[in-house]
Amino acid sequence: MTRLAIRRLACGPWLSLAAAALLLAVLPALFASSAALNFLGFVMVIALAALGWNLLAGYGGQFSFGHAAFFGMGAYAMALLQVRLGLNPWLALPVAVALGGLTGLATGFLSFRAGLRGSYFALVTLAFAEVFRILANAMAFTGGAAGVLVPLRIGAAQFQFADKATFYWVALGFVIAAMALTRLVERSRFGAQLVAVRENEEAARALGVDTVRVKLKAITLSGAVTAAAGCLYAQKSLYLDANIAFGPWISVEALLAPIIGGLGTVFGPLAGTFLLLGLGEGTKTLLATLTGSAVPGADLVLFGALLILAVAFAPRGIMGVVAGAAARIGGAR
Amino acid sequence: MLKAEILLAALANGLLTGAVYALIALGLTLVYGVLHIINFAHGATLTAAMFAVYVAHQTFGIDPYLAIPLLAPLFFGLGYSLQRWVIGPASHGDDGNILLVTLGLSIVIENALLAVFRSDTRSIEVPYGFEVVELGPLILSLPKVIAFAGAFAVAGLLWLVIARSDIGKAIRAVAKEKTGAALCGIPVGHVYAVTFGIGAACLAVAACLLMPTFLVNPRIGNAFVLVAFTIVVLGGMGSIGGALAGGLIIGVVESLSGLYLGESLGQIGIFLIFLVVLLFRPTGLFGARA
Amino acid sequence: MSAPILECRGVTMRFGGLVAIDGADLAVETGEITGLIGPNGAGKTTLFTVISGFQRPSAGRVLFEGTDVTALPAHRRAAAGIARTFQIVQPFAGLDVRENITVGAYLRHAARTEALAHAEAVAERVGLGPMLDRPAAALTIAGRKRLELARALATEPRLLLLDEVLAGLNPSEIRDMIPVIRRIRDEGVTILIVEHVMQAVMQLCDRVHVLAQGRMIAAGRPAEIAADPGVIEAYLGHGAAARMRAHGVAPSEAAVPAAAGGADA
Ligand SMILES: Nc1ncnc2c1ncn2[C@@H]1O[C@H](COP(=O)(O)OP(=O)(O)OP(=O)(O)O)[C@@H](O)[C@H]1O
Ligand SMILES: [Mg+2]
Repeated sequence: MTRLAIRRLACGPWLSLAAAALLLAVLPALFASSAALNFLGFVMVIALAALGWNLLAGYGGQFSFGHAAFFGMGAYAMALLQVRLGLNPWLALPVAVALGGLTGLATGFLSFRAGLRGSYFALVTLAFAEVFRILANAMAFTGGAAGVLVPLRIGAAQFQFADKATFYWVALGFVIAAMALTRLVERSRFGAQLVAVRENEEAARALGVDTVRVKLKAITLSGAVTAAAGCLYAQKSLYLDANIAFGPWISVEALLAPIIGGLGTVFGPLAGTFLLLGLGEGTKTLLATLTGSAVPGADLVLFGALLILAVAFAPRGIMGVVAGAAARIGGAR
Repeated sequence: MLKAEILLAALANGLLTGAVYALIALGLTLVYGVLHIINFAHGATLTAAMFAVYVAHQTFGIDPYLAIPLLAPLFFGLGYSLQRWVIGPASHGDDGNILLVTLGLSIVIENALLAVFRSDTRSIEVPYGFEVVELGPLILSLPKVIAFAGAFAVAGLLWLVIARSDIGKAIRAVAKEKTGAALCGIPVGHVYAVTFGIGAACLAVAACLLMPTFLVNPRIGNAFVLVAFTIVVLGGMGSIGGALAGGLIIGVVESLSGLYLGESLGQIGIFLIFLVVLLFRPTGLFGARA
Repeated sequence: MSAPILECRGVTMRFGGLVAIDGADLAVETGEITGLIGPNGAGKTTLFTVISGFQRPSAGRVLFEGTDVTALPAHRRAAAGIARTFQIVQPFAGLDVRENITVGAYLRHAARTEALAHAEAVAERVGLGPMLDRPAAALTIAGRKRLELARALATEPRLLLLDEVLAGLNPSEIRDMIPVIRRIRDEGVTILIVEHVMQAVMQLCDRVHVLAQGRMIAAGRPAEIAADPGVIEAYLGHGAAARMRAHGVAPSEAAVPAAAGGADA
C-alpha cells in the first residue's frame, strides 16, 4: 500500500465527521419552523448527554443509570453561578463542565475503588443521582422545590439566543466537538485500553492496563461532556428544578440513545437521539390527532419497547444495522 | 428534644412500614439469589399490582384483602411469562442485557399505566381504613398491623416453599450450580420463570396489603424500587432473613429520618445507607455472598 | 552465571482451609526456558497468578530481577516486564486480532501508528499474520492460544509466563508451536512454561521444576526429572516407581507418556 493510500484511510474517520457536521449545519435551512428548530436544539442537548454516557458505557462497558447526576450538576452550576455569583455564562460554562467532570471522578473513585461492576455500578450511579435530586430539591441555595430561573438577558455575550437556529448551531458545535473527542479517544492508547477493560478486565490488567485509572479517566470525561449538555439545557430553557435537572428521564435518554444508535460508536448517540426523539414526537402527534387529546407516556412506552428490541435483535444499534446492510450490499456486488 | 412517645410511635410505624418493604424486597432478593440478576422492573411491577388492586376495588368492588387469592396467581403468571418469553430470550443470557431489558420493561409498564390512568394520585376507601389497635401507649392503624402480620406470613410461607417443596429444591439447586442442575435434568428456564413468578406474586400480595393505607400513581414504584434495592443490599443479596431484617431497619430509618430531617430530606437517609453499604460493605450486614 | 531473573521464596497461598501452594521456592535463570510441571491441581496456575500479581501470596516473596515485587499490582508487573498468558484463554472477544494484540503493544508504544506496526510484527512472529482482521471470537483453539501468546509478547516482556499454551492442540499444531516458543527465547525473552505435554517439556526446557500438592518436590534437567522416582510417584501414585522397577520398565520411558496423558484429564 502506498503512503498516500494509508494517509487517505487515516483521514476517513475525520472526513465522515466533517461531512456530518456540514449536513447538520444546513438542517435549519430545510426545517425553518419554530417547532422544528426547537426540536433540533433539544436533539442536540440530549445527543450531547448521550455522547457523554457513550464514552463511559459504550467504550468502557460501565453502564451508568444515573447520568442525571452529571447533567444536573452542569445545569445547576451553570444557572447558580450566574444567579448567585453573577458570573458571565461563558465563564460559568467551563466551571460547570469541570464540576461535572469532578462529580464523575468522585462517584467513580468511590464505585471503582469498591470494585463495583455491572448491576451494582448501575444502581450506585442511580442512587447518586437520586441523592443529588433530593438535595437540590431541599436546599435553599439551589432554590429548593421552586427551582432556579436564569434571568432573561438575550445576547451572544450572555449565551442566550433569541434565534432558535443560532442556539441550534451553537449546540451543534458542542455535539461535533464531543464527537471529535470520541473519535480521538477511539484512536488513542487510552481508548484501546478502555475498550480492553470493557471486553475483559483481567486480560487488560495482564497487559499492563491500570484498569481503575482508565475507568476513572473515562467517567471524568463522561461526566464533563454530560455536564456540558446540562449547561446547554439551562441556557435553552432558562429554568431548572430538581426533577428536571436530576430526574430519571435524562439518565434514561442518555443511555437509550446510544444503545439504540450503536454503543461505542462516534455516530451512534446522535443517530439514536434523532430516531428516539423523532419517533417520540411522531407518536405523540399521531395519538393526539387520533384520540383528540395528548396521551402522556406514550412516547416512553415506545422507548422502553425499543430498548428491549434493540437488546434482543440489534445489539449494535442503528450503526450495526447500517454496517450490516452496507456489508451485504458490498458482498452482493 | 422530642418526646419519648413520639419517638416510640415513629419507631412502631417504621417497623410496620418496614415489614411491607421487606415483603417487596423478598421477591427481589429471591430473583437475585437464583438468577443472580437485578430485576429493574420490580418497582413498576409493584405499581401495576397496586393499580390492579385499585381496579378490582373500584370496578368490581373487591376488597383488597380478598383480592389476594385472585391477584397473587395472576401476577405469578405474569412474572412467569415475562421471564420465560421476554426477559430470558431478549437478553441472550448476558447479565448486562438483563439489566437493560428489565429497565426497558419498567419504562414500558410505568408509562403504559400513565397513559391509561394519567398522573393523578388515587386511593381506595375501605370501611376499616381508619380502625386502630391500641397497644399500651401506642395507637396503631389496623390495616398497617394486618400488613405487618401478612408480610411475616408470606415470608414464612416463602421460606417453607424454598426449604421443603420440590420446586424449592430445584430453585436452590439452580441458585447454587446452574450447569450442574441442568445436567441433573432440572429445567433451568422453567425454574427461572417460576422464581420470577414468585417474586411477582409477592408484589401482588404486598400491593393488596398496602392499598388500604397507601396512595397509587404511575410513578409510585420508583419510590419503592430503590428502597427495595437498599434492603436487598443491606440484608445481603439473596438472603430471605436478611431481607426481612433489612426491611425493618429501613422502615425505622425512614420513619426516624423523616421525623428529624423533615419530609423532603427524609428519603435521603435510605440512599445514604444504600451507598455506604454498597461502597464499603458490599456483602451486606448479614450476608456473606459477594 | 548471572542472577536469576525471577525468584519465588517460600511462597504460600491459602484459600480458606485449602493450601494451594505450600512454601514453594523457584528460580528462573535469565535467558532459559524453565518448565513447571505437576499433576492437575498442584498449584501451578496459582503460582502464576502470584508471580504475575493477580493474587497476593499468603506468605513468601516474589523477586523480579533482584527487586521485591510482592506488593506490586498486576499492571505494574506487566510494565516491569512480566507478561502472562491465561490457561483459560481470555481474548477480547468483541475485537479483532489486530486490536487484541495492539492493546498489549500500547504498553510500550504510546503512538497509535507505532503500536499498530508493532502489533503486526508480533502477529507475524507467532504466525497470526494472515488473521489480523479476523474477529477474535472466530479463531480456533489453536488460534486463540497463539493470540494469548501474541498479546503477551506485544508487551515486550523480559519474562514470559506461559500457562499450558499447548493444551487442546493436536500433535501437528503442537509441532508448529514448539519452534515459535523456542524462537521467542532465542530473541532474548526468558520463559517460564507450565505444560502437561511432556514431549514439549523435554524438547523445550533447559530446566524443570515439579510442583505436587503445592510443594516443590524436584528440580533439574528434563532428563533427570523424568527419571526421578519422587516425580513418578507424584504423578502415578504411591509405590509406582517401585512397581515399575519390578517390571523392568525404565522410569524415564514410563513417565513421559503417563504424564502426557494428564493433559487430557
Ligand atoms: N481462587 C481460588 N479459590 C479457591 N481455591 C482455588 C482458587 N484458585 C485455585 N484454587 C485451588 O487451588 C488448587 C490449585 O489449583 P491450580 O489451578 O493452581 O492448579 P494447576 O496446577 O494449575 O492445575 P491444572 O494442571 O489442572 O491447571 C486447586 O485445588 C484449586 O481448586
Ligand atoms: Mg493450571
